[in-house]
Amino acid sequence: MTVLDTRTDPVLPDHQPHPPRRVGGGLLDPRLLLTSLPDALRKLDPRTLWHNPVMFVVEVGSVLTTVLALVHPSLFAWSIVVWLWLTVVFANLAEAVAEGRGKAQAQALRQAREDTVARRVVGWTPGATGLEEQAVPAAELRRGDVVVVEAGQLVPGDGDVVEGIASVDESAITGESAPVIRESGGDRSAVTGGTRVLSDRIVVRITQEPGASFLDRMISLVEGASRQKTPNEIALNILLAALTIVFLLAVATLQPLAIYSRAVQAAAGSSAVLDADGVTGIVLVSLLVCLIPTTIGALLSAIGIAGMDRLVQRNVLAMSGRAVEAAGDVSTLLLDKTGTITLGNRQAVDLVTAEDVEPQRLAEAAQLSSLADETPEGRSVVVLARNGYGLRARAAGELADATWVPFTAQTRMSGVDLPGGGGSDPEGTDPTGGGLLQVRKGATASVLAWVRQNGGRPGPRIGEAVDAISAAGGTPLVVAERRGDAPAEALGVIHLKDVVKPGMRARFDEMRRMGIRTVMITGDNPVTAKAIAEEAGVDDFLAEATPEDKMALIKAEQAGGRLVAMTGDGTNDAPALAQADVGVAMNSGTSAAKEAGNMVDLDSDPTKLIEIVEIGKQLLITRGALTTFSIANDIAKYFAIIPAIFAVVYPGLGALNVMRLHSPETAILAAVIFNAVVIVALVPLALRGVRYVPGGASAMLRRNLLVYGLGGVVAPFVGIKIIDLLLALVPGLS
Amino acid sequence: MSTGLMSTPLAGTTLVAALVLLLVLVHRPLGAHLHRVATSERDLGVERFVYRLVGVDARAEQSWAAYARSVLAFSAVSVLLLYALLRAQAVLPLSLGFGGVEPSQAWNTAISFVTNTNWQSYSGESTMGHLAQMAGLAVQNFVSAAVGIAVAFALIRGLARASSATLGNFWVDLVRVSLRVLLPLAFVAALVLLATGVVQNLSSGVDATTLAGGTQHLTGGPVASQEAIKELGTNGGGFYNANSAHPFENPSGVSNAFEIFLILVIPFSLPRVFGLMTGDTGQGRAIALTMAVLALAGVALANLALAQAGGTVPGAVGAATEGVETRFGISQSATFAAATTLTSTGAVNSFHDSFPAAGGGVVLLNMMLGEVAPGGVGSGLYGLLVLAVITVFVAGLMVGRTPEYVGKKIGGREIKFASLYFLVTPALVLVGTAAAMALPSARASMLNSGPHGLSEVLYAYTSAANNNGSAFAGLSANTTWYNTTLGLAMAFGRFVPVVLVLGLAGSLAAQGRAATTAGTLPTRGPLFVGMLLAVTVVLVALTYLPALALGPLAEALS
Repeated sequence: MTVLDTRTDPVLPDHQPHPPRRVGGGLLDPRLLLTSLPDALRKLDPRTLWHNPVMFVVEVGSVLTTVLALVHPSLFAWSIVVWLWLTVVFANLAEAVAEGRGKAQAQALRQAREDTVARRVVGWTPGATGLEEQAVPAAELRRGDVVVVEAGQLVPGDGDVVEGIASVDESAITGESAPVIRESGGDRSAVTGGTRVLSDRIVVRITQEPGASFLDRMISLVEGASRQKTPNEIALNILLAALTIVFLLAVATLQPLAIYSRAVQAAAGSSAVLDADGVTGIVLVSLLVCLIPTTIGALLSAIGIAGMDRLVQRNVLAMSGRAVEAAGDVSTLLLDKTGTITLGNRQAVDLVTAEDVEPQRLAEAAQLSSLADETPEGRSVVVLARNGYGLRARAAGELADATWVPFTAQTRMSGVDLPGGGGSDPEGTDPTGGGLLQVRKGATASVLAWVRQNGGRPGPRIGEAVDAISAAGGTPLVVAERRGDAPAEALGVIHLKDVVKPGMRARFDEMRRMGIRTVMITGDNPVTAKAIAEEAGVDDFLAEATPEDKMALIKAEQAGGRLVAMTGDGTNDAPALAQADVGVAMNSGTSAAKEAGNMVDLDSDPTKLIEIVEIGKQLLITRGALTTFSIANDIAKYFAIIPAIFAVVYPGLGALNVMRLHSPETAILAAVIFNAVVIVALVPLALRGVRYVPGGASAMLRRNLLVYGLGGVVAPFVGIKIIDLLLALVPGLS
Repeated sequence: MSTGLMSTPLAGTTLVAALVLLLVLVHRPLGAHLHRVATSERDLGVERFVYRLVGVDARAEQSWAAYARSVLAFSAVSVLLLYALLRAQAVLPLSLGFGGVEPSQAWNTAISFVTNTNWQSYSGESTMGHLAQMAGLAVQNFVSAAVGIAVAFALIRGLARASSATLGNFWVDLVRVSLRVLLPLAFVAALVLLATGVVQNLSSGVDATTLAGGTQHLTGGPVASQEAIKELGTNGGGFYNANSAHPFENPSGVSNAFEIFLILVIPFSLPRVFGLMTGDTGQGRAIALTMAVLALAGVALANLALAQAGGTVPGAVGAATEGVETRFGISQSATFAAATTLTSTGAVNSFHDSFPAAGGGVVLLNMMLGEVAPGGVGSGLYGLLVLAVITVFVAGLMVGRTPEYVGKKIGGREIKFASLYFLVTPALVLVGTAAAMALPSARASMLNSGPHGLSEVLYAYTSAANNNGSAFAGLSANTTWYNTTLGLAMAFGRFVPVVLVLGLAGSLAAQGRAATTAGTLPTRGPLFVGMLLAVTVVLVALTYLPALALGPLAEALS
């Protein structure tokens, strides 16, 4: 047996570029800051701000200091007042900017929701013709109505095609300009309101109630109108509120202590920060605002909105923020083999010859039989013959007198009949003398039966090759030919193989390091499935999977304390999509699937699941990193403010003024300004998300602790010192 | 005395090294024994008798709310009984002729012993007769310690169990811990103490003529038995006013070292129970290691503060040794002071008020850590576990997962309990101190003025709210104001956190267990220990720094 090694790179028809390893995000457009300003000011309304306890406290403090500054005006007092108000405005601005980006997208979507007139048919039944049509506004369509849409018209609402086939332009929703085919029955039946039918005529049964269409939901999602706090956000808010109360206590109880200290050191003079009545109100509020976690308090909701937004930019719609959070927690990924792990189609990768057959002859026969085979498998055979065996490319049209034998489910083989030996033997050395040449290619049993019928006796090598290919998870295609009246001959076997997408193994290795188990789901038999699973490097596989098996697998994983993510598009995927913690429905799928999942991928790209997990993780990391940063900042602020207030009473405390700040006033103002400015400085980070490098928890934690923990301790020392140096130049401040 | 001073660094290091070695050796078997106590299915005969007597079904498990109700009911009854006993002392036997205890002091003392604080606004030898000491205070020394351990058991069960509605049975935990752990250990410890010279009798004392010619009344009594549980249960309430500085309670360096060991042994063994019950001893080790690092830092700082201030010249004139027992010298005193404030013991063998400012600051800071290094029996472990929950919450996010601790998700409900927990003590300390400093009458109790006076008041509320019970001295705390407010601080400082811990435990127990993967935040390595340390220290520093700045810090830096 000659096994020909033809490990040239297989041709990848729809080769996708390797996705970028860093989960990026949209950049911050400086103009957005300006356009969001009115919104930011509108959010100063205490009834709105109340939902953010940390910033609400800052606002109350701002009001208080404004009153105090009015009573005892000074440059210092008014500077503090201005910067406290700016702190609140900056926080609102962060949220407004995050929302602003969504609003722009929503505007574009709204344009797709033009007022269309639907052609409702009454009493439609399958196959019925000549039914009465009513023209009704699209907004009045209810679930169960049946409408007709023809080429050039907009689909009036979400629904399933119940009759006909059409090409539909879905660019309004997906941004993808290539039209897609929608047809009745099967998993390609869902149409979305606002998309345009380009050809033919379809009958659609509406599956939505008015105002609850996919487009409506999409608009409200990207606008953040229906935004609810996620469980983790709620928990973090509780922690931040508790920290705020602790600092409120620390600052409020400081006053009697300060009065006492001032009283026992009567020699100490009064200053703008401390007099016989204790610490001045303005300074107390400044201390409080500097200590409470304003940085994270200001950016928390922007981080959440931006996380959803990053998904939208990748054409994924999450139905809730909760789903994005769950994505970060996913510990088991169920991946469909076809389209996710492997390229959609099998490819010819090798030719195995039978006894006494020249490889060249087998390649030629394989090429001939596949010339008219327009399936991807067929094309890949032609490509293999050309690239692996140096056969010149031929088009089916060259052989004008060829009779093509098409593949049917009954014969399970295809091929070609050429009169006079065809062009396969231009030198005329053909021993058959130019009789009829018949070439057949197909399923082992069918082709071998054809050979025997025509007097041939296939050798044992064919059977061995077939078994070997099957065992390796491939699909064998036997090639045979018959020249003239000679007995038919089995020439060899084409090895068709599922081709794993490039880079998948590295991706799965990465997943493993992140603690995520990957399970491949396939309808293949266990032998094939095992071979592909091993090649792709997934942790486990589910072969001959039925929807019930899938459901059972999800439940078993969940019972073991794992969170499961999966993709699906068919109606029979719906229960599993609903059961999974993260269920990503393909936009090309059925309405039932889209209803059941908690995310919809508009690109219908199952690989997206991996990116979704990364975005979920990035969202949580950003939240944790900025919380750490915010709390770590407090250390430097204490070193700025405590000596500034009390060095007058106890000069020894001046030793705490490690930054050597200019004066008590500049020190306190510098801390307040730093506190406000850092919010603006971190807005881009909050919107973009912190750098996320997939990897194990320990490495990730070490890195983030270093950057945001240690950085959070050091940064304000530097920042406050710089601001203080500048403030020292301002006359009349100290 | 001079030899003691000169060999301070060496003696100090040897003492600490010996303690570390001993604790490393003992924590495993004692942890295993505590684990058996917490999980055993069998009851001893005497235990069955007790259950029948009080009508408890030993096999019936309690929900967190029922567990909390039992703790509160038991403690309330304890307070009432102890209060009644103290008030009625005059008409009861073995009173040594002392009258009934005055109401505000009786309330303060009752709360103090039931909450495992053992703040003493009275002087033992001149207030309490033998009956009050033995049937009142000593009993509470046992059961209040047992209550703390029981609550720690309940929290561990919350973390160890999955999808469970119950946390065990308080009455069973209470009885078992008292009978199987504290009594036998205290018995052995008392024998050792007797051997080192601690007294044990029921005499009403003897009168001695001093060198100066005056008469001094030396009260005897069941000191060794009290002393053993006083340290073992991190109680700290001394038989005598001078507490462990009194030669009858703590006669020598040997007895002193042994008492420090007794203070630390149970708190350092409990993390082992956590490890064993969750099936991952590494988790327990990380907690114990965190406690140890904090404790060693506290001990080192206290030694340093005392030794530094006692440099050659001041040392020669006895500056840093003011308030330090000459029997012990600096290192024995500093280490004892650190151990007693790091645990919620509050026993003293020297006067913290007389320490150099930095030394006073260190013992104050030790308590402000929230008594978690290693803290009181039980309370130290549950306190640190709550901090671990908060650490995991912030750090867990940074690995890109919603946070979890030993497989338990830390969500809104858990964070609510944990946040309220760490709010309680600072609120009591700061509000109490601020109120006292604002009131002229309360200020009048201060011995010193200036920052030192402020430290005295801050120390008193810190000690009470953290259930430590040690006194800075200097403050005349036996006034209606301090008896009442410190009593309230002790009561709230003990029972509000207990209820919150049990709520947290209930919420954790009800959850399933999330699978541990490579993506899970590791909570057993040095990285986690470092984070837990940072969170503990930073939370404390941020909360108390303003107050500390005007007290010990102002004094130390002037």
